[in-house]
Amino acid sequence: MALLDVQNLVVEFPGRRGVLRALDDISFSIGEGEILGVVGESGAGKSLTGAAIIGLLEPPGRVASGQILFDGKRIDNLSSDQMRPIRGKQIGAIFQDPLTTLNPLISIGRQLTETMQAHLKLSDRDARARAIGWLEQVGIPAAADRVEAFPHQFSGGMRQRVVIALALCAEPRLVVADEPTTALDVSIQAQIITLLKNLTKSHGTSVMLVTHDMGVIAETCDRVAVMYAGRIAEIGPVRDVVLSPSHPYTEGLMGSIPSLETRVERLRQIDGAMPRLTAIPKGCAFNPRCSRTIDKCREQRPGLMPAGSTQAACWVTAA
Amino acid sequence: MTMQVLQAIEVSRHFDVSRPFLQRALSREGRRILRAVDGISFDIAAGTTLSLVGESGCGKSTVARLAVGLYTPTDGEIRFEGQPLSSARAQPALRRKMNMIFQDPYASLNPRWRVADIVAEPIRAFNILSGTKTINDRVGQLLTQVGLSAADGEKYPHEFSGGQRQRISIARALSSEPEFLVCDEPTSALDVSVQAQILNLMRDLQQKLGLTYLFISHNLAVVRHMSDRLGVMYLGRIVEEGPGEDIFRTPRHPYTRLLLDAIPDISAVGRSRTPVGGEVPSPISPPAGCTFHPRCGLANERCKVEKPPQTKVGNVLVACHAVAEGRS
Repeated sequence: MALLDVQNLVVEFPGRRGVLRALDDISFSIGEGEILGVVGESGAGKSLTGAAIIGLLEPPGRVASGQILFDGKRIDNLSSDQMRPIRGKQIGAIFQDPLTTLNPLISIGRQLTETMQAHLKLSDRDARARAIGWLEQVGIPAAADRVEAFPHQFSGGMRQRVVIALALCAEPRLVVADEPTTALDVSIQAQIITLLKNLTKSHGTSVMLVTHDMGVIAETCDRVAVMYAGRIAEIGPVRDVVLSPSHPYTEGLMGSIPSLETRVERLRQIDGAMPRLTAIPKGCAFNPRCSRTIDKCREQRPGLMPAGSTQAACWVTAA
Repeated sequence: MTMQVLQAIEVSRHFDVSRPFLQRALSREGRRILRAVDGISFDIAAGTTLSLVGESGCGKSTVARLAVGLYTPTDGEIRFEGQPLSSARAQPALRRKMNMIFQDPYASLNPRWRVADIVAEPIRAFNILSGTKTINDRVGQLLTQVGLSAADGEKYPHEFSGGQRQRISIARALSSEPEFLVCDEPTSALDVSVQAQILNLMRDLQQKLGLTYLFISHNLAVVRHMSDRLGVMYLGRIVEEGPGEDIFRTPRHPYTRLLLDAIPDISAVGRSRTPVGGEVPSPISPPAGCTFHPRCGLANERCKVEKPPQTKVGNVLVACHAVAEGRS
């Protein structure tokens, strides 16, 4: 059975001018020890999916329908008191900006021990020993001397290592990592991704990795979900989605990424831009930008259908 | 011989980041100088693109600002079309030939101005055209050229998406009819599909108008797509410089190889990497000798004390003792 099962999730933001549907009927699952990548452009709903899972939707956003099952139990309708023991202990989170994630007034060691003691029964001494152990695991040199340091004394890459340690220290079964490397330089990015991959593998942790970087996805994930305008356009094993995409949007997205291996005269481009949530076209949300639109695309919204070795929400590839 | 639009000769730019005098005197510390750019040289031939890549803090944006005269060099000289940059900047006829596209399309457009006024500002400032009708026609033409419509001139910047705003920036940069454009990370704030649109547009414009680009980016894949020549920067110095294809085919400097290895590529599904440890040191107190030696696998005693000069290997200039000695 899947560790996380998201079924027909709809997230809405009621506003003065009506209700915005930011996530529209999303279903996917993450297995034990699996790394699922979620990609898409800004505003596609990637981060929102992560926030809905850890129960951190900003009001007035709310889960309007559908359900989120964690280890077979519903977690989308829990109160914040009921959610607290799950968040951190069962589901950890890593956010994009390591500077704002850490409390600048509390030492690194204290932030780690506080998190661990909130979820695990540990004496102060054990907690401190474990905190040093975690800092060593994430590759902070001279961890024992630095456990009392404050976030501003660390560089960006080191802070992100601390954030990873914080997310993993209560030994959660699922980690939601929202753009964990976007704020970092490429050489540091490579270090952090390798670290995250190795640590979650050795602890058997499942990961939902949200990013807009297809390269990171290709190297890290087992499966990948491509999001467009609050819907999943395609989901499947990473090799198939990246190398032989079925959905025309995925195909366009892959073609628009300049490659290091070969140089082309012109990049493939998808004309236009993603529609605003207030003006999502009828039928398939991608149909105005798609080169293969048929009449059915303008009328009926496609669900995920088998297409090759992946599942794609597209009438053309399903037919 | 092709004409060199921009030449940088041993250019340095230092910033004084010392604490105020009294604090310095009390804690008995000296001045602190940040060497953002430390003796770099390059030429850009007309109609070509030179790209500079590197990680944050390597000085690429400082070079961009030096190239258009927003900073004056501490040392060395920049020549624009054969004239010193300072005297070229003093002549409107030459000054209008250079322009700049900035990184953040949300910050570089005045939110209180209509798009038509934003695009027309260089035209008015340089007195290129006169008469409201003529200027409006030209603005409409520029907006069409970058893939917007002439009617968009009546709108305000907030009505546009990031990619469209970057098109407005490009239209504004083109309005003074420049020959040389400095593009400082023009697509790093954009999504990949929009990035592809902007990169294609910039290449089309280059071919049509014969523009010369100085292209600054941290994304090597984008740089490979855009550039004729490439300079790899590390801590204020150019460590490898040469034709883009040569560098991508056989990267020689250890740092260039590190960068190329570190980049996740979509064609490498499931590749596992051995990332190089360490981080970029502070440019206030860079390591002695070759600034890359603490992170370099090929470093020896000589690298720790002696700054490597640029050596010509094939078509490429490399600043590395290991490469020069054949140790790599």
